[in-house]
Amino acid sequence: MTSADTLKGFKRDGRVVIVGASLAGLRAAEALRDEGFTGSLTMIGDELGEPYDRPPLSKQVLTGWVPAGGTTLPRRRDINAEWLLGVPADGLDLATNHVHLADGREVPFDRVLISTGVRARPWFVETEAALDGVFVVRTREHADGLQRALASGPSRVLVIGAGFTGSEIASICRERDIPVTVAELAPAPLVGALGAVIGDVAADMQRAHGVDLRCGVKVTQLEGDAQGRFHRAHFDDGSTIDADVAVVALGGIRNTEWLRDSGLAAGPWGIACDTGCRALDLNGLITDDIFVAGDVARCPNPIYEYRLISLEHWVNAVEQAQVAAHNMVSAQADRWPHLSIPTFWSIQFGVNIKSVGVPTFADEVVVTQGSVPDRRFVAAYGYQGRVTAAVSFNNAKWLDHYRQLIETAAPFPPPCPTPDEPVDAKPVPVDFPGPRLLAQGATVVVTGHDPGERRVTAAWQHR
Amino acid sequence: MRVVVDLSRCQGYAQCAFLAPDTFRMHGEEALMYNPNPDDGQREQVLRAAAACPLQAILVEQLEGRDAPVGTSQS
Ligand SMILES: Cc1cc2nc3c(=O)[nH]c(=O)nc-3n(C[C@H](O)[C@H](O)[C@H](O)COP(=O)(O)OP(=O)(O)OC[C@H]3O[C@@H](n4cnc5c(N)ncnc54)[C@H](O)[C@@H]3O)c2cc1C
Ligand code: SF4
Repeated sequence: MTSADTLKGFKRDGRVVIVGASLAGLRAAEALRDEGFTGSLTMIGDELGEPYDRPPLSKQVLTGWVPAGGTTLPRRRDINAEWLLGVPADGLDLATNHVHLADGREVPFDRVLISTGVRARPWFVETEAALDGVFVVRTREHADGLQRALASGPSRVLVIGAGFTGSEIASICRERDIPVTVAELAPAPLVGALGAVIGDVAADMQRAHGVDLRCGVKVTQLEGDAQGRFHRAHFDDGSTIDADVAVVALGGIRNTEWLRDSGLAAGPWGIACDTGCRALDLNGLITDDIFVAGDVARCPNPIYEYRLISLEHWVNAVEQAQVAAHNMVSAQADRWPHLSIPTFWSIQFGVNIKSVGVPTFADEVVVTQGSVPDRRFVAAYGYQGRVTAAVSFNNAKWLDHYRQLIETAAPFPPPCPTPDEPVDAKPVPVDFPGPRLLAQGATVVVTGHDPGERRVTAAWQHR
Repeated sequence: MRVVVDLSRCQGYAQCAFLAPDTFRMHGEEALMYNPNPDDGQREQVLRAAAACPLQAILVEQLEGRDAPVGTSQS
């Protein structure tokens, strides 16, 4: 049989299993059917219910406009799948091509797509995390609980972590006229994603809207009352704050533990793959039948020196799902690389924040258009003299222009495309927090001597 | 009915907010907020808004309820 026949047979009656039934998983399933895959399709997900959309959770749902159950994703088409929901996968056997489920079932596959995403990083002390009034926001259930707590009129909300999710929640508290304190270890909000210059803008914005913003501090303890309700937080500078609600917004943990013994290059940093979304094994070899997409994937990006980059961005999940699905049913020569420039949006304090490119891949930043005090501007990021990213505050219509600059490796600083160039448009160092994150997590050890026997084994660390 | 807007495409032209104001609203100068689960009574308006979006950023459910995992539908 030729490989074309094999592929045809696979498309007709092969078995595809998708682990992780959310945005990336659903979009991949739809794309597989679009591509003419008529074989069996199994969707495995540990959450109950149909795939739903997460961005509205920290926006429309928390304002009380839309109930948490109302964010089910629309379907682009029928996918005719078998759904195994409410049960996590807890292993992947590449020798026999089976997914193991936590309830003991085994699901055979010819090709598998892994889209298990990330989960919220919980508060580090379990008993404190369990206090009534302490929340994270990743799932529908989380958002529902927090919405109710906000609706009950808390005297104050404490948000721990001023990344995008934490800042959006602070914004909603102010919209609902709830006093809010934000505690952030970095010198300003959004600094980890966008650097110090934009961080300062975000800090001004929060304070102008009445947020009690405390930067450079660490929350050390969440204290409960006799009924087990959160009522006070302690900071490392010895101060305390009284609040009824604490929202832990400290980012995500990638759902890769279940792949521990699979032999894939998976760990706290995500699952490494090529630009075609094919997973790498521990040794760095491309697998044939294992694909990854979405928040859990870690893809090389040629524009950024082929660095392996994981992104927790909605469009990235959609696009990788599309590429992975296409490549699952295509011959080698017809495969697509995923080469798009990352994009992200956030809405806070009435401002539309959007970015293109990878702002952390930069050494300088400059405000190229508009006015920072008016919170209507674009900032461009550069790395060694070329444009690598841009961020807009209420000026999104310009981002396509910057996307082209990034794609064509245009020189940095770029000329301003409009007459609204700020007078003091000078690049300054981008100033991200140190590379402490790079040092985290598992590494590997290499064994063997001859090229034929040299192999890598994982050294898992727990944090 | 189910709706999702690809906000990375949306450029805040507000056509949708004009045509289906109960489902799509502008928040501040250019951010779009929308109800991902509007009443079925708004279907006509929402479809018109989706058709009018110059960026084709609005996706409306094509097959309400079909092929849902049994007994777990949320909307
Ligand atoms: C509150 C919030 C606001 C956001 N706002 C924005 C925004 O404004 N803009 C933007 O670009 N992005 C935003 N995002 C990010 C965006 O939602 C994600 O990028 C997107 O959900 C990624 O989709 P995914 O399918 O890769 O992963 P996920 O949505 O995380 O889905 C993974 C699924 O796999 C399941 N799973 C995990 N482990 C297993 C297992 N072992 N077995 C079976 N199932 C498993 C999980 O429970 C989950 O259902 C936001 C996210 C959150 C939480
Ligand atoms: S019509 Fe389209 S581009 Fe305009 S605001 Fe609505 S979704 Fe955005």
